[in-house]
Amino acid sequence: MGVLDGFAVTFGKLFKRSASGTTVTTNYPDEKRPKALRLHGRHVLNKYEDGMEKCIGCELCAGVCPARCIYVRGADNPVDESVSPGERYGYVYEINYLRCIHCDLCVEACPTEAITESKLFEFSFTNRADAIYTKDELLVDDDGRPRHLPWEDWRPGEDENTSAWMRATSPSGDVQHTGRVEWSAELGYGVRTAERGQRGEADDAAFAAEQAALAAAHADHGHDENDGHH
Amino acid sequence: MPRDGGFLEEGIGGLSHNFLTGKLEDIVRWSRARSSWPAQFGLACCAIEMMAAGGPHYDLARYGMEVFRASPRQADVMIVAGRVSQKMAPVLRQIYDQMLDPKWVISMGVCASSGGMFNNYAIVQGVDQIVPVDVYAPGCPPGPETLMHAILTMHHQIETGELLRRRETTGAGAGITVEQLDGQADTSVALGRR
Repeated sequence: MGVLDGFAVTFGKLFKRSASGTTVTTNYPDEKRPKALRLHGRHVLNKYEDGMEKCIGCELCAGVCPARCIYVRGADNPVDESVSPGERYGYVYEINYLRCIHCDLCVEACPTEAITESKLFEFSFTNRADAIYTKDELLVDDDGRPRHLPWEDWRPGEDENTSAWMRATSPSGDVQHTGRVEWSAELGYGVRTAERGQRGEADDAAFAAEQAALAAAHADHGHDENDGHH
Repeated sequence: MPRDGGFLEEGIGGLSHNFLTGKLEDIVRWSRARSSWPAQFGLACCAIEMMAAGGPHYDLARYGMEVFRASPRQADVMIVAGRVSQKMAPVLRQIYDQMLDPKWVISMGVCASSGGMFNNYAIVQGVDQIVPVDVYAPGCPPGPETLMHAILTMHHQIETGELLRRRETTGAGAGITVEQLDGQADTSVALGRR
């Protein structure tokens, strides 16, 4: 009976529900777990609302990359058909996803918010060449949505707001906006309003006051509940 | 994800034949894809995510992969989970050689795939220089879902036979072939460029 004794726990638990009473398993190919809001996934190269590319080919992302997985070359904009506002644009942009560690330093380094990271993290390659994303693959399409490559597992809705939750400190590429904290305009989405606490010191103070009021209200509420119990 | 139909969604109907009329080859592939046991072989932090994939929240048992075999002779898939140091490379190669055919390799994470951010003398710059890799999972580390995506890609390729064609025609990998010499045991491995 020694063997069966060893299985006592197994058989005892076999037909019982879990402690929470729910099934914890996520059936991955059929459903995905919700992603963390600031998850770093596959990159996206963004465009302005007028379709101009945001990348100016400054190579700061390549310089800051600890894994050396980004290759950028800038070139002068063609005189009549500018690719990006300003003098230069990135005419080569490649990311090697067999080196990228998704640290987000490129996003922080980018002065024009050209490169951001989406939430897409379900992808795998059968060929080394597939893992090197070129500019064509990284750049958003005409609706401002990331391209869906055959080896990536996009689900409906996942290609929206691929640049959300980014540091909103850039002056939108517009001289008149210099020094103001706001999102840069983006193809397909326009200009997002800054989050609370991102709009400057006055806003910070207002936000803090609001939070304090909320906390006070909550404390009162908790007090009432305790009274009810007694 | 290139999975048109498949057993998980449509049951037996997802097979191109049912198992009375199916070609033997298809059935063999189908069963291989559904019982590919991984070798228990974690090298670094990616192994933590690999363990998470085996746990209840992601549950590799759904693919018949929950048994991580401690012996390479009972394993079908080697998940190279982590950076491979130069000193570990011969060990890894030996484990691969000890696995029985058919065998597959998933290179999990950027360190295994290309050295990642460890571009230095101590780390092998891509495990495909010592074993033929079938699927690369990017990320540092890849989450359990990324690993499962890689596993499903591998299953799809096992079922459609893409793996064999790929090795011959596209030459994926580092362009390095490793061949065991005939009639010689473990240690005699010839390294050469294709």
